Amino acid sequence: MIPLSWYLILAAGLFSIGLFGVLARRNAVAILLSVELMLNAVNINLVAFWRYGDVAQMAGQVFAIIVFAVAAAEVAVGLALVISVYRRRNTVVAEDLDLLKW
Amino acid sequence: MLIFMGSGIREKEFTPMTGEQIIFLIVGAVTLLSALMVVTRRDLVHSALWLVATLFGVAIIYALLNAGFLAVVQVVVYIGAIAILFIFAVMLTRRQASDTGPSVNNNWWVGALLAVATFGGLVFLLQGWSGFSKTASALPSGFDAIGQLGEALTSPAGFVLPFEVASVLLLAALVGAVYLAFNKK
Repeated sequence: MIPLSWYLILAAGLFSIGLFGVLARRNAVAILLSVELMLNAVNINLVAFWRYGDVAQMAGQVFAIIVFAVAAAEVAVGLALVISVYRRRNTVVAEDLDLLKW
Repeated sequence: MLIFMGSGIREKEFTPMTGEQIIFLIVGAVTLLSALMVVTRRDLVHSALWLVATLFGVAIIYALLNAGFLAVVQVVVYIGAIAILFIFAVMLTRRQASDTGPSVNNNWWVGALLAVATFGGLVFLLQGWSGFSKTASALPSGFDAIGQLGEALTSPAGFVLPFEVASVLLLAALVGAVYLAFNKK
């Protein structure tokens, strides 16, 4: 059997890689890709805790499904924003979008 | 049974690895490697395709965790919809000039440091937790995970309210996305 620690370490690694991508990438689409990695890491944790806890309690899987829905909503709005910004400013580099920074 | 008693880490080195563990290690390594490729590739189409590989790896992890429904949903929703949406967005926002600059910003080393610190901190915190190396008990015989999940999602005693709120959120987000991306002349 696989101990719970393996899943937790895998999820922690995936989350950290996503965190690096969010902080370091310049392209807004790449930042959204990294956010997806972080959401997937959270989902692995939720499902692992469901399996290693009381399997009759479905809360872990239900929460994972709600994270799926939130991720889909986040991607749809995020990419619509990116496309809208690209139309107006002709760039998708996050550093160049500094209108609010005076 | 032995693993329940003794410390998991020392036992693991003496007992030969089971097939499940070997599958986990291969899938986990592929998932982490393709995740690294997602954040380091310069070409965003390549990044998006590596994301598909990562999502497949996560789907196999769900299958290993006996969450078959989630594995299927992962393939259908994440790979079938979200990854394709990303590839569309990359192709709609591509310009030759924007591919010349560096792919990471000047403070990328701060991000790398923070990511390593987060990973180290999480592992350090989890190691102190008593349930860290526990193993799963076998599923009860005749356990119907999908049926239980469907019941939990639709019964008033379960999670019907969060489920409905999630669908309203999805509807609002999609209407908002259409409004944002609509080309106002």
